[in-house]
Amino acid sequence: MTAPLKDVTPAERARSTSFYEASARTRLELLLDAGSLIEFIGPEQREVSPHLKIFDLPEQFDDGIVVGHGRLDGSLVFVAAQEGRFMGGAFGEVHGAKLTGLLRAAREIGTIPVLILFDTGGVRLQEANAGELAIAEIMRAVMEARSAGVKVIGLIGGRSGCYGGGGLIAGCCSALAVSEPGRIAVSGPEVIETNRGVEEFDSRDRALVWRTMGGKHRRLLGAADVFADDNVQDFREAALELLGLVGPFGLDRLKAEQERLAGRLRSFGACGDAVDIWTAEGIADSQAVPELPADQFIALANRIGRTSRDAR
Amino acid sequence: MEDLSFRHPVRARASGARQSAIVGVVASGNLEVLVERVLPDAECAVDIKTAAVGFGEVWSAVIGDFVERYSPGGLRFSINDGGARPDTVSLRLAQAVRLIAENGQ
Amino acid sequence: MTSWQNNRVARDARIVAGAGLARGKVVEAHDVTRLLEAVIRPGDRVCLEGDNQKQADLLSHALLAVDLSKVNDLHMVQSGVVLPEHLDLFDRGVAKRLDYAYSGPQSARIARMLFGGKIELGAIHTYLELFARYFIDLTPHVALIAAVSADREGNLYTGPNTEDTPTVVEATAFKDGVVIAQVNEIVDTVPRVDIPADRVHFIVKADKPFFVEPLFTRDPAAITEGQILTAMLAIKGIYAPYGVQRLNHGIGFSTAAIELLLPTFGERLGLKGRIATHFALNPHPALIPAIESGWVRQIHSFGSEVGMDDYIQARSDVYFTGPDGSLRSNRAFCQTAGLYACDMFIGSTLQIDLQGNSSTITTSRIAGFGGAPNMGADARGRRHPSEPWLKAGAEADPDSPAPLRRGRKLVVQIGETFGDKNVPLFVEKLDAIELAEKLKLELAPVMIYGDDVTHIVTEEGVANLLLCRTAQEREQAIRGVAGYTDVGRRRDRGMVARLRERGVIRRPEDLGINPLDADRSLLAARSIKDLVRWSGGLYAPPSKFRNW
Repeated sequence: MTAPLKDVTPAERARSTSFYEASARTRLELLLDAGSLIEFIGPEQREVSPHLKIFDLPEQFDDGIVVGHGRLDGSLVFVAAQEGRFMGGAFGEVHGAKLTGLLRAAREIGTIPVLILFDTGGVRLQEANAGELAIAEIMRAVMEARSAGVKVIGLIGGRSGCYGGGGLIAGCCSALAVSEPGRIAVSGPEVIETNRGVEEFDSRDRALVWRTMGGKHRRLLGAADVFADDNVQDFREAALELLGLVGPFGLDRLKAEQERLAGRLRSFGACGDAVDIWTAEGIADSQAVPELPADQFIALANRIGRTSRDAR
Repeated sequence: MEDLSFRHPVRARASGARQSAIVGVVASGNLEVLVERVLPDAECAVDIKTAAVGFGEVWSAVIGDFVERYSPGGLRFSINDGGARPDTVSLRLAQAVRLIAENGQ
Repeated sequence: MTSWQNNRVARDARIVAGAGLARGKVVEAHDVTRLLEAVIRPGDRVCLEGDNQKQADLLSHALLAVDLSKVNDLHMVQSGVVLPEHLDLFDRGVAKRLDYAYSGPQSARIARMLFGGKIELGAIHTYLELFARYFIDLTPHVALIAAVSADREGNLYTGPNTEDTPTVVEATAFKDGVVIAQVNEIVDTVPRVDIPADRVHFIVKADKPFFVEPLFTRDPAAITEGQILTAMLAIKGIYAPYGVQRLNHGIGFSTAAIELLLPTFGERLGLKGRIATHFALNPHPALIPAIESGWVRQIHSFGSEVGMDDYIQARSDVYFTGPDGSLRSNRAFCQTAGLYACDMFIGSTLQIDLQGNSSTITTSRIAGFGGAPNMGADARGRRHPSEPWLKAGAEADPDSPAPLRRGRKLVVQIGETFGDKNVPLFVEKLDAIELAEKLKLELAPVMIYGDDVTHIVTEEGVANLLLCRTAQEREQAIRGVAGYTDVGRRRDRGMVARLRERGVIRRPEDLGINPLDADRSLLAARSIKDLVRWSGGLYAPPSKFRNW
């Protein structure tokens, strides 16, 4: 049958494990150096949501997020991973507080970077106010941590994508890595369709959803810095690469990023579809982008260049 | 939601040294099982919070067969269930026993 | 003087009545309703091509709009009741009586209309039965069919989704009926002639391609550990010991799991070339990894599948293709192949009772039969031997002398003990029986009769019903794999243990399978994207299955 696990190196296991399919805990175990993950407020502490029982809904012992620390190529990192299958990875009160606390700890120490493995549809509806507050607290905590010199890296490639407040928090990070199935946006496809009509956005046209919000487009647009193939080892390598690239954070960086975004709007503001943007960026066969295998896409994206480094 | 609780005398202590382990996720048709090595060797406990109300008899049968087959002495299982089917429950319990039997913390 | 050509005269009169609206054979789309009013007579038997997959949707709309004083009380004879318009015809009074085979997408509404007396039901058939009756007592007066293209003479190209068309046209055109075809385009030369022009009387160019739904695409991302375990049990517990090479698969997730385990689990068991080489099967995308790994020698198909055209064209060694290179499917021939030339059918169902009878009908849904009963039945007319057929026959009847012993087709029901929303697969009494009582049917709509079923596979194990010698053993063998359902928990533990000792029931551990090994990493493809990769980019899945 399958080869015994001891005969497989951790890197081989991480390479053969789909990031998209893996649980939050498995992603962290394989992303970090083997056996180095130490969890804060683990499931055995049963810090569950105080709200879900009011709605007669099942709780999860970790409230859908794993936070802790571990080593990446020997160096200490703080980590947080959302479980996209539990209530769509949504932010509730406890879930949010765990991430806020982790970021504040990072700010206090100042030298240990934070990796956030997003997998979320946004705020948990049943905890609306607490969830919205959590988003605001986390955004502030990210900016404070970065101001204190902490690198905050977002990794996005889960089932629930990175939507709603998750999209806002991702926008505050130092850098992002994304895979093809990963999606980054604030309003989800169904929300846009409901508010603006199916003519504006057909949420059932999944090819449209992905070429508008998916990982390839986010990479080509400069919203994500590195494109990872859908396996945990690729995300590990992407995280290491980004930790090496991210520079100091300050007002001049923010101004430069603002300039870049204004330029992006000038260049592509009139485009009606992502394919038009890719064409305008100089991609010859832009229609073929969604079908490109990861290695060919990465070569293409590198040719276009990395447009964002420190802010977005 | 419905809370269920089962206590069983057990033939033998579960193997391994880990103190706790967790498998699964709370989602529709799925469940999480948290297992902790906190009981005397001849005891086993299973505490369940389930979204599917009225399946006590089925749970009783599933847990009974599981204890008979795996002899999980000394273990307390805490389950959050999103309405999983019995075969999924059996599988997660077996996975939990396998995981806590590994070496580690 | 007795006339012996009344029907021919009547057919010619219908064609003359319609010819005024046509240039040659071509009728404009806006004239189609008038054409149908001219050609169809009240009470006619009409086949409105409603196949399993493709739909003559333009002609459905046109028929629904007819003047009721000219066209009414039709007797619809068609295999698929699929579009809402197919039932609107009865609500409006255009049609009155119905003989059909499959009504998957309309299963809830057709049940309501049957209870409400809106439809006078002839019978629910299997595909082959309905096709057979086209030639005996349900021959259409008018056939309204769908094709990809036509030339000006009326030669038709039906494309990969040929499906029922040749059968419908054969019965109609050669028995003085009128054939009207909607086509996506009219061309100078058709890519290949699927229906010769002299069997086609009118053609209409539709403004959009006929409707066809992807029915056989199972996203590997949705396959569960339980389905993988069940698939492993089937491969090791049935495919391997019988050496099943010629077979038909159902369309559920369990059989999709089997297809995706062949190049991994099957390969490790050394079964390549020994099992699953020849199929009667639609072009399932899930079979791509097995085809690419060299498992599959040949596939004949009932219909096609959206997105598979280029792949099929490039793999003509495996599929049946025309001189133009594209797939030629044919439901009647493929059903016959499944019945007579396959040694095994394996598929899922919704309910199984204590005798092994199974049904996909619930009291609020009537999905019809389609082809499963033809696949899932022992062919009593079969005479050619094969290893699995002889072995199954010997297990069922060890005492008869071999030269006089019939073989048996392996008819396998596969499923998990609990289905969606924790509904048990095993029941004391089929909903189909209750339905028959309510509708006063003479026959309960049983999909596969218990006496045809040879094996039941669940995550609890494999029950070999061929080895049961009494009704009581059979019942306990079924209860023995029914897990924690009420039926399973009421088993006689002692008898089940004895059946297990005899190998009538085989548990995962009896087959050397550890349920903890049933992991998604065993699947040769874990996503639609993986299937595209396996196909070398030839498979083009419809947008609804993409996440890229």
